[in-house]
Amino acid sequence: MINIFEVNETNKMIEQENFDVRTITIGVSLFDCIDSDLDVTCKKIYDKIYSYTKDQVKVGEEISKEMGIPIVNKRISVTPISLVGGSACKTPEDFVKIAKTLDQLAHDVGVNFIGGYSAIVSKNMTKADELLIRSIPKALAETELVCSSVNIGSTKTGMNMDAIKLMGEVVKETADLTADRDAIGCAKLVIFCNAPDDNPFMAGAFHGVTEGDAVINVGVSGPGVVLEALKHAHGKDFGELCEIIKKTAFKITRVGQLVAREASKRLNIPFGIVDLSLAPTPAIGDSIADVLQEMGLERVGAPGTTAALAMLNDQVKKGGIMASSYVGGLSGAFIPVSEDQGMIDAVNVGSLTLEKLEAMTCVCSVGLDMIAIPGDTSAATISGVIADEAAIGMINQKTTACRLIPVPGKKVGDLVEFGGLLGYAPIMPVNTFDCSEFVGRGGRIPAPIHSFKN
Amino acid sequence: MKKTIITVVGKDTVGIIAKVCTYLAEKNVNILDISQTIVSEYFNMMMIVDANNSSVSFAELSDELDGLGKEIGVSIKAQTEDIFDCMHRI
Repeated sequence: MINIFEVNETNKMIEQENFDVRTITIGVSLFDCIDSDLDVTCKKIYDKIYSYTKDQVKVGEEISKEMGIPIVNKRISVTPISLVGGSACKTPEDFVKIAKTLDQLAHDVGVNFIGGYSAIVSKNMTKADELLIRSIPKALAETELVCSSVNIGSTKTGMNMDAIKLMGEVVKETADLTADRDAIGCAKLVIFCNAPDDNPFMAGAFHGVTEGDAVINVGVSGPGVVLEALKHAHGKDFGELCEIIKKTAFKITRVGQLVAREASKRLNIPFGIVDLSLAPTPAIGDSIADVLQEMGLERVGAPGTTAALAMLNDQVKKGGIMASSYVGGLSGAFIPVSEDQGMIDAVNVGSLTLEKLEAMTCVCSVGLDMIAIPGDTSAATISGVIADEAAIGMINQKTTACRLIPVPGKKVGDLVEFGGLLGYAPIMPVNTFDCSEFVGRGGRIPAPIHSFKN
Repeated sequence: MKKTIITVVGKDTVGIIAKVCTYLAEKNVNILDISQTIVSEYFNMMMIVDANNSSVSFAELSDELDGLGKEIGVSIKAQTEDIFDCMHRI
């Protein structure tokens, strides 16, 4: 029988250490919505998603109440729209119409975000892929809840440098079109290498082509819980440190698994995966940076940071993997700068740089995330940063991503405020030496030698 | 049988258990187990109850207990046993 100490431990995690279920994400396949008529396509999309998600928010709130744990977000991911809209959309504006349909649906159902305004172009682009990509700036400027992602490379295919060049321009244009809101559009746009099919986290969630008609994926969050556990581990060696992180990750993930199973049962949608990621929020104490600092670093970014993060990431997986029957998505520690108070502080005191963050992304999920950069950064430079990050993913057979925000009119040292879970960020300096000749060459970077495993 | 865990935490005062038990009896909720400690003048109680035959829904029970807690000046939470089981039992 459960005892009072166990009950208190769980409730302390929830009440004092910011433990929550970050998201219940329903993935919906839209392949059967394809039609050559745009209006018909939009109607089919709306009706199909609505039929699966109409009770999502209500059920999420019920479960939250019964378990006594916050379920912060309810989200939807859909089949990459470039595949769904290809037959009906002849111009970027046509694709924007689908984006608006998704936005309307998300508002009507009451979810926080809808992801999947996406294209998978890791080897090359179809006409439809290119139209969708070119429509992204307008789509993100004219909708509120739609999130977009583009997969520009993979270990198996290499890197699509034409798409990377294009994405540099798209990021810039998205920033310009949402300049009045501190380039918020860019916070809803992720550029991936090795994007997973079942990621429940935004802005990169989409419902992969390998998935069924609908699926429930759940993401948990608990940097605050890990932090609190580590506070009692001063002076202990790495063996003991790892044990503490594993045990904590196990407990956190078990709750994710429980919520996922319960939501699956009540909504009558199959359970997909639990994403083991440690996701920070701007709340004090709910920070990955603080966890790394608790291990003995003065500031995140100091020498030792990459090793500390590598260990944290690995132990979270080892603890979490036994707690859930199916693990997937991104599953690793997130290091978004604007959403993590400890990261913001480290940037402000000069400890954390873009280059160090890039090194950190080699050992954790996901990538250069929520990083505000000067508004005058060129499209070619942004493409160069995307290419660097994608190369890390391609060579190391892991997911990497970029969510860069070149804020128009802002320069290094200024602050931008995105609000809510997206937080705020100091503008970080970017290496300004030119890479346009490299980025502009065109074509593909071939798949690496170790991808040929057959 | 699905069990519910009720926790009461707050400054100790006269009649906390009486008030919570009276409320539960009124709603036909059966108390299976009570454990209670006082840590530095703070009252800390856990009840395991069977609310399957309760005259009110789980949401109402939870909200009304929350309201009762505010009256007494303590925090009262009702949660299904599942969350504790999944976290602390393999």
